[in-house]
Amino acid sequence: MKKFGRYGGQFAPEVLMPALEELAGAYEQHKNDAKFVAELRHYSEDFGGRPTPLYHAKRLSEHLNKKVYLKREDLVHGGAHKLNNTIGQALLAKYMGKERIIAETGAGQHGTATAMAGAVLGLETVIYMGVKDMERQKMNVFRMKLLGAEVIPVSSGSQTLKDAINEALRDWVANVGDTYYLVGSIVGPHPYPTIVRDFQTVIGQETREQILGKEGRLPDSIVACAGGGSNAMGIFYPFLNDDVDLFAVEAGGEGLKKTEKVAYHSASLCAGEEGVLHGARTKILQNKYGQILESHSIAPGLDYSGVGPELARLVDTGRVKARNISDEDALDAFHVLSRLEGIVPALESAHAIAYVQKDDVGDLVVINLSGRGDKDVETVAGLK
Amino acid sequence: MMIREKFDELRGKKEGALIAYICAGDPIAEKTVEIVDALVKGGVDMIELGLPFSDPVADGATIQAAIDRALTSGMNPDKFFKLAGSMNVNVPLIVMTYYNLIFRRGIKRFVSDCKSAGISGIIVPDLPVEESEELHQFCRDAGVDLIFIVAPTTTEERMNLILDKASGFLYIVSRLGVTGVREDVADSTEGLLKRIKAPIPKAVGFGISKPEHVREILKAGADGVIVGSAFVNIIAKNEPEMLKSLENLATTLKSVTLNR
Ligand SMILES: Cc1ncc(COP(=O)(O)O)c(C=O)c1O
Repeated sequence: MKKFGRYGGQFAPEVLMPALEELAGAYEQHKNDAKFVAELRHYSEDFGGRPTPLYHAKRLSEHLNKKVYLKREDLVHGGAHKLNNTIGQALLAKYMGKERIIAETGAGQHGTATAMAGAVLGLETVIYMGVKDMERQKMNVFRMKLLGAEVIPVSSGSQTLKDAINEALRDWVANVGDTYYLVGSIVGPHPYPTIVRDFQTVIGQETREQILGKEGRLPDSIVACAGGGSNAMGIFYPFLNDDVDLFAVEAGGEGLKKTEKVAYHSASLCAGEEGVLHGARTKILQNKYGQILESHSIAPGLDYSGVGPELARLVDTGRVKARNISDEDALDAFHVLSRLEGIVPALESAHAIAYVQKDDVGDLVVINLSGRGDKDVETVAGLK
Repeated sequence: MMIREKFDELRGKKEGALIAYICAGDPIAEKTVEIVDALVKGGVDMIELGLPFSDPVADGATIQAAIDRALTSGMNPDKFFKLAGSMNVNVPLIVMTYYNLIFRRGIKRFVSDCKSAGISGIIVPDLPVEESEELHQFCRDAGVDLIFIVAPTTTEERMNLILDKASGFLYIVSRLGVTGVREDVADSTEGLLKRIKAPIPKAVGFGISKPEHVREILKAGADGVIVGSAFVNIIAKNEPEMLKSLENLATTLKSVTLNR
């Protein structure tokens, strides 16, 4: 399926169209192939640490006066859900005979997970990262280099994720023959939103089994943070036809304000308007002429001016509820979870945790704890 | 003036077409008018005017920098159409921009603004033929050419889809990669030109900056060349003799297209 309602599609340069076709074909060919499935399973489990626990956070539950479970994607190798996708796509790249993988990264989490997958599968790995993000996430830059990846600083535009994507696309256009572009979220032209969602769906599949095992019923709601939307779609997808409320929590930053050039948030679902960015029709942050706004969030992984087309569609149909949480409230939740549960969450995931204080999530809630916060410790320390 | 008329006229004179790309508003809108005049005076046959977009993924560093300068100078679609409409040139004007600016303005309105401003063609590097139905229809109804890009990677099947919708000319990308000056022109160009049997004019772009390139490309069977970064590099320097330099480069390149 190339579109999700009117969203999605393939707004890509002509040079890339055959590569996208090749990718879609290869994915269809391999995704159900027994050998591919077995190999992916091997890497997800023995290398990546899956399945991840569904943890009953007792002290947080008491604090919030509702029963809260955390889906522990922070325990995946690399410290975030990102590896679910990178190991899947890197394996696909290998099956397609590609020797080089490239990726963009915001927080450095996707870059790190790509570097890990590239290393373990023996693929040359190149990561594009905005200069501003490199400063905020020094540890991840160092990790990527340790893992043998080349990190290319991007100093154009806002020097963040969207510019890293632009630069990675340019690389792909020039090297499309031997290079696989490993997209980090459910964004980009078809078939990426579908491929990434499929590889992240393991989160939701495990959650479903685990919550039924522990509670004998489905949760009232599932809450996930949304940048591009991959951890959210991954946990939501197996519940789309159930009576479970699904909340996608975006970065409200410093409030839903904008100027002609910048947004003080990254809430494309809550405050974006329809447009075309990075290959897909979706909800984006733009000015009245269609120029893309620089976004803002305290959480670099949420700091993006677009969002996955499938999530945009599900918000329009009402199936997924879009919400946003400010920098300040996310930071609060970062501390709350650290103190109450002994888990330092990623600032991205802290947005989901913060939202669970609200009344509309019901009594039994699953939060997708998409990543751990080691990478953010420096940022948070610097705020004091 | 219509694009096909221009190609017909040039063919009659046994000339290849020299098409120049510049970004509107680089360095400022007022200068763009003078730049276009200088290029036309130098012999440029058509002008491709970039309407700057914040995230130009198909462009290399040179044109990206031009786009940044233009955006900083305040160029926007409203000003762009006013500027284009005010130009008094006797060569076809073509707008090159990214799809979100068209989508956001409203496809119908964008096309009708082109028509009113005397723009005869539209190039959208991030709009493949599969997504072009709506824009194609409005262009056809308004008599504005929708110019498609063809790359060395374009398959036979997609080529047919493109030829079905293309008008004005085919924009042949000479090599994989983004815009920008290159030392040589790819061999793949000749093969690609030979693959296209349809009677639509073919202009080759991306990386062409020197008279040798122009000669080679025209010899390989193209009807024209598109030169962008080489002109934009001169504009980037913004020296006092900029206009003269642009005119001179145009004259040098144009001279190679004569007496085919
Ligand atoms: C821990 C963590 N959570 C969430 C995200 C946001 O991405 P997505 O919305 O695709 O899950 C990121 C992105 O880097 C991340 O590192």
